[in-house]
Amino acid sequence: MVSIVLVSIAIVFVLTYFKKWGWLWREWITTVDHKKIGIMYIIAALAMLFRGGVDALLMRTQLTLPGMEFLDSQHYNEIFTTHGTIMIIFMAMPFLIGLMNYIVPLQIGARDVAFPFLNALSFWSFAFGAMIFNLSFVIGGSPDAGWTSYTPMAGAALNPGPAQNYYLIGLQVAGIGTLATGINFMVTILKMRAPGMNMMRLPIFTWSTFITSFIIVFAFPILTVALALMTIDRIFGSHFFTLTGEGMPMMWANLFWLWGHPEVYIVILPAFGIFSEVISTFARKQLFGYKAMVYSMVVIAGLSFIVWVHHFFTMGAGGGVNSFFSITTMLIAVPTGVKIFNWLGTMYKGRIRFDTPMLWSLAFIPCFVIGGVTGVMLAMAAADYQYHNTYFLVAHFHYVLIAGTVFGCFAGLTFWYPKMFGHKMNEKLGKISFWLFVIGFNVCFFPMYFLGFAGMPRRTYTIEPEWMPLNVTASIGAVLMAIGFAVFVYNIYYSFRYSKRETHGDTWDGRALEWATTTPVPFYNFATVPKVEGPEAYWILKEKGGTTYEKDKVEPIHMPSDSGIPFIMMAFMFVASFGLIWEWMWMAIPGIIGVLVCMVIRSFDYDDGFYVSVKEIKRIEEKAREGEQ
Amino acid sequence: MKNILRVKRWAILPAFTLLLLVSGCAELTVLDPKGPVGESQKELIVFSIILMLLIVAVVFIAFTYMIVKYRERPGRDEKDYDPDHHGNTKLEIVWTVIPLIIVTALSIPTVTTIYELEEPPESSSDKDPLVVYATAADWKWFFSYPEEGIETVNYLHIPTDRAVEFRLSSADSMASIWIPALGGQKYNMAGMENTLYLQADEEGTYQGRNSNYNGSGFAEQTFEVHAESEEDFESWAEEVQNEAPQLTQEEYDSLLTPGLLEEMEFSSTHLDYVDHGTNEGRDYLIERHKGAFEEPLHLKGGRGVEDE
Repeated sequence: MVSIVLVSIAIVFVLTYFKKWGWLWREWITTVDHKKIGIMYIIAALAMLFRGGVDALLMRTQLTLPGMEFLDSQHYNEIFTTHGTIMIIFMAMPFLIGLMNYIVPLQIGARDVAFPFLNALSFWSFAFGAMIFNLSFVIGGSPDAGWTSYTPMAGAALNPGPAQNYYLIGLQVAGIGTLATGINFMVTILKMRAPGMNMMRLPIFTWSTFITSFIIVFAFPILTVALALMTIDRIFGSHFFTLTGEGMPMMWANLFWLWGHPEVYIVILPAFGIFSEVISTFARKQLFGYKAMVYSMVVIAGLSFIVWVHHFFTMGAGGGVNSFFSITTMLIAVPTGVKIFNWLGTMYKGRIRFDTPMLWSLAFIPCFVIGGVTGVMLAMAAADYQYHNTYFLVAHFHYVLIAGTVFGCFAGLTFWYPKMFGHKMNEKLGKISFWLFVIGFNVCFFPMYFLGFAGMPRRTYTIEPEWMPLNVTASIGAVLMAIGFAVFVYNIYYSFRYSKRETHGDTWDGRALEWATTTPVPFYNFATVPKVEGPEAYWILKEKGGTTYEKDKVEPIHMPSDSGIPFIMMAFMFVASFGLIWEWMWMAIPGIIGVLVCMVIRSFDYDDGFYVSVKEIKRIEEKAREGEQ
Repeated sequence: MKNILRVKRWAILPAFTLLLLVSGCAELTVLDPKGPVGESQKELIVFSIILMLLIVAVVFIAFTYMIVKYRERPGRDEKDYDPDHHGNTKLEIVWTVIPLIIVTALSIPTVTTIYELEEPPESSSDKDPLVVYATAADWKWFFSYPEEGIETVNYLHIPTDRAVEFRLSSADSMASIWIPALGGQKYNMAGMENTLYLQADEEGTYQGRNSNYNGSGFAEQTFEVHAESEEDFESWAEEVQNEAPQLTQEEYDSLLTPGLLEEMEFSSTHLDYVDHGTNEGRDYLIERHKGAFEEPLHLKGGRGVEDE
C-alpha cells in the first residue's frame, strides 16, 4: 500500500519536474496508434507482473515454514485473491493483447486496426479497470474470496463490505475493453489484410490472434453477465446467487468457468502463436505443418467451451456428466500434442540459433509438456477427487500458465523488442535472466505436485510440519524467479542506455511482414502495401528483392486523428465505478452521465482523420532507410 | 560449451525428481491409501503416471535430439539443412492417432472408476453402510450419526471394514470434505445433499479437512478421523449416548456462529431442528447470524489456535 502511494507520488513528481505532462497527453494518452497502445499495454502488464509477483513472494514467505506469523489468515486470503486475478486478467491478457496490438496489423500489412478509436477505448478501460482493482488495497479492503469468487461465500451475506465490489466492478470495466478488442481484431484480420494475403497465408501469430478473438467474443459476454448479476445481488439485494430467496449459488461456478475455461485458452493460444513464429525464425525454417497448426488451434478453441465442468468434478453431478467432461478435457491433449510435435518438426533439419527469444521458446516445450500431462491426469474425474483443490492443481496450472503464457510473453517481447524500440535487448543479461527464471520456476513448482499427493490443500495460509521440506524448496525457487525477473527489468534499462541502435528493419532475418518496414516503424506502417504471394510473405519478398517503399507508387495515406475522448470517458467510468463500489449513488450516477455524454459527443464527431502527403512520406522513408543500403 | 550446459540441465531434472520421490515417498498420503476408495483412485493415478511418463520421455528425447543435432555449430555441413521442408502428412497422422489411443486407454478405466465410486465399495457389500451426515459451517464440522442418535464436532469415529455413507451439506458457504488417506472429496453445499462413500480398512487416526476455500478460518477447518474395530466403535457410540449432553437448538444456534470450535460431542443430533441439505434449511444460519461475518478472523501461526 505504502509502495503504491510512493510510486504514484514519484511518477507525478518526475512528470512535473521534466515538464512532460503535455507530451504525455499528446503522444500517449490521446493516441489511437495501435503501436503506442500496444506498448502501453505491455508496460502496464509488466507493472502488474511485478505486483502479482510481489504477492507471490509474500505468500511463499508465509508458507515456507510451519507456524509462520508473517501474514495472518485474512491478509493471506486477500493476497492470493489479488495474485490470481491480477496475473490472469491484468497481466497475462493485457501482455498478449499488447503484443497483438503492436504486431498483428504489421503482420497483415495494414496501417492500423479496424477501429482505432475503439482500440484506445479498450486500452483505457483496461487501465482504469486495473486501477480500480488495485485501489482496493489502499481504500476499503481487498477482495478475499479467491479469484474464482464462488458464491455464496462472495455474496453480501457472507462477505459484506466494499472489498468484493472492487473485484466485480474492476473486472467488469476491464472486461468491456477486452470484448471490444476481440471484435476489433476479428474485423481487422478479416477486412484489412494486404492484397494477396488469403486466410491460409496468414502468419501463425495472426491466426492465433484471430482464433483468440473468437473465443473472447463468445466467452466474455458470459463473464459480463455473471459479474453484473453478482453486482446486482450485492448492491441492490437481488437473489441470483444467494442462499436466501430463490438464489442458485452453484450457477455462479458454472457461469464463471463457462467463461473461465475458454479464458485459459485466450491466454495460451497467442503464446502458441509466438512460439511458432520464434521457433521457425531461429530454426531458420518454415513452420512444420502450418495447416495442422491452424486446425489444432481451431479444435482447441472449440473444445475449450465444452470442458468447464472439470473445474468442479466434485460437485456430485453424477457419473454421466463427469465421464463426458473427463473425455472432452482429455481430448484437448490431442491437438496440443500435435502442436508440440510440429514444433519439434520445425526444428528438424533446421539450423538453430540460441538467441534469448529462442531460449524462452525452447524451455517452453519440456515445461509445458509436464504441465500438459498433469492436466490429463487432472482430467480423469475419479482421480481428480484426490487432486481437486490441492497443490497438485496449483503446480499444474502454474506449469501451463507460466511455461506457456509467461515464457511466451518474454519470448515475444525480446523477439519484437527491436521492432518496438529500435534496439535489441542485451543478450548476456537476457540469458542470465532466462536461466534464473526457468530454473527457479522448476524448483518452485515441481515440488508442488508432491505436496498435492501429501495432502496439502491450496489457499491454506499455514502448513503442517510434514510439508516443510518441499515448501522450503518451492520458496527458494520463487526467489530465483524473482531475481530473474529483476534482471529482465534491469535489462530493459541497460539496453535502453547501451544497446547498439538498429539500422535495419529486419533484425532476426524474419519471415513475416512486420520485418518488412523500417525500424522504428513510421506511424502509417507501410509506405506502399506489399503484394502477398504466399505464406511467409516477407521471406518471398526478400528473395525477390521487393520492398515496402516503392518510390513511384507512393500515394497519400489516410490516417485516423488522435482523440482524448477514450481517456476522459473511462475516467468518468472510473468515478462511476468508485461510487458503485461504495454504494454511493450520488457519485455513481453523475459518473455514468459523464460516460453517456462522451458517447454523445463522439457520435457527433465528424472528424474522420487526415491524409499524409506524398512528400511527407518520402521524407520519413528516406530518413529511416538511410542506414539500410 | 553452451550446449553442453543445456544438456546437463535436462539431465538434472529427472535426478532432482528422483531425489524428491525418495525423500518424500513416506509422506505421500494419497499414494498410500488406507481403504478401498483411496486404493482404486491410487491405482488410476499410478496407471496415468506411467503412461504420462512415457509421453514425457518421448518428447524429452525427441527435443534433446533436435536441439543437439540441428544446432548451428562451426563446420556443420549444409546437407541436413532444408529450409523449405514444411511438413509430413504421415508423421502428423501418427502423432494425432497415438494420443487418441492414449486418451482412449485413459478414458476407459476413468469412466469405470467414476461409476464405481458412486456406489459403496464392493469389499463390504455384506454390511449396510454407516450413515453420517457431515455438515460444514464456517469454520467447523458437524458429524451427525442418526442411527446412533449422536453428534460430534470436529472429529469422527468410524468402524473399519464397513462403508461410511457421508451425506454432505453445508450451513453456509461451499466446503469440500476430504480425507486424503481414505479417498477423494466432494462438495458440501447448502440446500442440497451429496453422497460420498469412504471406507477404512486399517485402524488408525487420519487427517480430514475442508479443502474448498471458504474464508478466513478455512485453514483451521480440519478434523480427525478415528478408524477402529466395530466393537470399539460401538462402545464409543454408547459412551457418547450415555455421557454427552443433549444438543439443544439454542446451543446449536450458538455453535453456528462463524468462528472456530474445539472437539465436542452430543447425545442428540441437530437434524431434529434443521437439515441444511434441504431447501428449507439452507438459509437457517444466515437468518440467525446476519451481521456476524463483518469481522473476519485474523488467525496467526496455524494449527492449535482454537485452543487459545
